[in-house]
Amino acid sequence: MRSGSYITRPNRTLQIYACVFLVVLYVPVLFIPLFSFNDSIYVRFPLQGFTTNWYVDLMGRDAVWDAMWNSVRVGVCVAVISTVLGVLTARAITRNRIPGQNAVVAFVMLPLVIPGIIFGVALLVLLSRLGIPLSLYTVALGHLIVCMPFSVATLLPRFEGMDGSMEEASADLGENGWWTFWRVTFPIVLPGIVASLLLTFIVSFDEFIMAFFLSSTETTLPIYIWSQLRFPREFPSVLALSSIILTVSFVLVFIALWIGRTGLIEKDHPRPPEAPKS
Amino acid sequence: MTSSNPIISIQSVGKSYGSFRAIKEISLDIEHGEFFSLLGASGCGKTTLLRMLAGFEDVTDGAVLIDGEDMTGVPPFLRPVNMVFQSYAIFPHLNVTDNIGYGLRKQKLPKAQRQEMIDEMLSLVQLDGYGARRANQLSGGQRQRIALARALIMKPKVLLLDEPLGALDKHLREQMQLELRRLQQALGITFVFVTHDQEEALTLSDRIAVMSGGAVLQVDTPAGLYEHPRTREVASFIGHMNFLEARVTGRKNGHATLDVAGLGTLDVPANGAALSTGDRTSIAVRPEKLRLHHSAPENGQRAVQGALKMTTYLGERSHFHVEVPGCDRPLAVSASNATLQDGRANAIGQPVWLTWAADSLIMMNDT
Ligand SMILES: Nc1ncnc2c1ncn2[C@@H]1O[C@H](COP(=O)(O)OP(=O)(O)OP(=O)(O)O)[C@@H](O)[C@H]1O
Ligand SMILES: [Mg+2]
Repeated sequence: MRSGSYITRPNRTLQIYACVFLVVLYVPVLFIPLFSFNDSIYVRFPLQGFTTNWYVDLMGRDAVWDAMWNSVRVGVCVAVISTVLGVLTARAITRNRIPGQNAVVAFVMLPLVIPGIIFGVALLVLLSRLGIPLSLYTVALGHLIVCMPFSVATLLPRFEGMDGSMEEASADLGENGWWTFWRVTFPIVLPGIVASLLLTFIVSFDEFIMAFFLSSTETTLPIYIWSQLRFPREFPSVLALSSIILTVSFVLVFIALWIGRTGLIEKDHPRPPEAPKS
Repeated sequence: MTSSNPIISIQSVGKSYGSFRAIKEISLDIEHGEFFSLLGASGCGKTTLLRMLAGFEDVTDGAVLIDGEDMTGVPPFLRPVNMVFQSYAIFPHLNVTDNIGYGLRKQKLPKAQRQEMIDEMLSLVQLDGYGARRANQLSGGQRQRIALARALIMKPKVLLLDEPLGALDKHLREQMQLELRRLQQALGITFVFVTHDQEEALTLSDRIAVMSGGAVLQVDTPAGLYEHPRTREVASFIGHMNFLEARVTGRKNGHATLDVAGLGTLDVPANGAALSTGDRTSIAVRPEKLRLHHSAPENGQRAVQGALKMTTYLGERSHFHVEVPGCDRPLAVSASNATLQDGRANAIGQPVWLTWAADSLIMMNDT
């Protein structure tokens, strides 16, 4: 049975390729939740039996809750700041004719490809030179660098997809730049902003290298996990914690992508005229 | 057509993008309540000029006065003009009611009064009952009307329209042309209308400015432009036109004596041309102003003889090409089939005679 147009017709080869790709990518990851429910402190087959003890054990630890709270605080701050900066950047890139626009975009995206360890070490050296003590603030600073590309990459298509004459129409109807932003620009790019908030939060929440270099005694969740890896008896709890983080990350990223795409796909095509309802 | 207080006064306005002169010294006055069109080919600077009136583009030199006030440095949101964008720019996140009421925020009206104004606008553009629709639930023509209503509710002194009908199909375009004209006459607001469609401009406008290469070539009424174009560029832009080479052989108060290729010596109104004896120029004549005869006219009327090169039957009209000795190109003649003497005798190569009314020859200001 044939369905869809030439472009949307299912392609068997591509489907198989996609499945293989996803399996190779995610099967190793699936072992983590699998063993987190395994009633043994050794990660090996055969499985010993189902238990939720590792999770219960986790809930009883103050250090986990502290690290979690730290991660959430850093994540929220980083998400808000990087999204605000992302909005300003995307708006500047798309609306104003600035010289060397592509260079600016490339520069903002650079942290995606530069190893985190380089940024981490560089920031560490800089901060210690300046005599700034390490804290959650310095972690947040590091995360900001890591998160900016995600924020800009999420927001840029939103701003690019927005007809520039929308803002002009608002100005024409008597609203200055401030009101135009809140009444027109912000609502139109809102899905992008929400997506950016979710995405940057989760990137910060999961980030390890920057936090490793820049945190003091207050640790974030990934650092806590790493510190527990030294104790073999703790390993199942680490798996349990990792499973939780994995699930939350997956859900948030999924929501972010879903929201970020709303309205981008359903472009408003004019419909043929029909009779009014009333 | 100049009065003491034009609603818009464009004074030696120029616009440069870097080294490129998009607008070259335009001076224009637009009167209260006028339907004024900017007509010209693509890229001639119509949009640029309109955007300078709205305040979206800075004026490089000169000044724009709206209702007597210098608009230099006045941002768009403080100008007493509103614009209908070519893309309509309907806000996608608002429904029709909120789109139309968008500009009313500062007036802080009671809700009922605001709704009343919006409903009034909706019925003005004949979209009663569409208030709850969203932008993506509207057809192109409906968006067009919403864009109009949204601008008109602001009670602007001038409404600026940038090719508002460009995206509509032919049938809808003609319908909207009538509607625009009706609205403009009912409200008495000055319209500045950009179009590259000469027919549209002729149908709608009180006056038209024909633009080319960033300059205004001629400002006149539709009939004035059609009957008395001053330059070849204007003449050929509006309707069809035959051009005949000519040389000035004499001038006397408002008339010029010309030696016209193919037609001989003629006396025509100078049409404002500042040409003197010996200058080369050309004569323009509309195809429908030439009359075709199958025999030499007997009443002593001036005529030229030529040979029929081509005939095209178009139902209501017929088009002919007539080769006249001395003219480098055949002359186009258009005649209503109702008045043709003998429709069957139009064989190729057959000798024909052309006559013209004295006032149908238009002297051009350039060659
Ligand atoms: N921002 C800009 N930078 C440089 N040149 C520009 C800019 N905007 C317009 N131009 C140039 O100015 C000229 C006039 O443009 P404009 O948009 O006013 O033309 P137009 O008469 O409206 O044409 P159309 O009928 O195609 O809309 C064009 O040659 C265009 O390339
Ligand atoms: Mg244009």
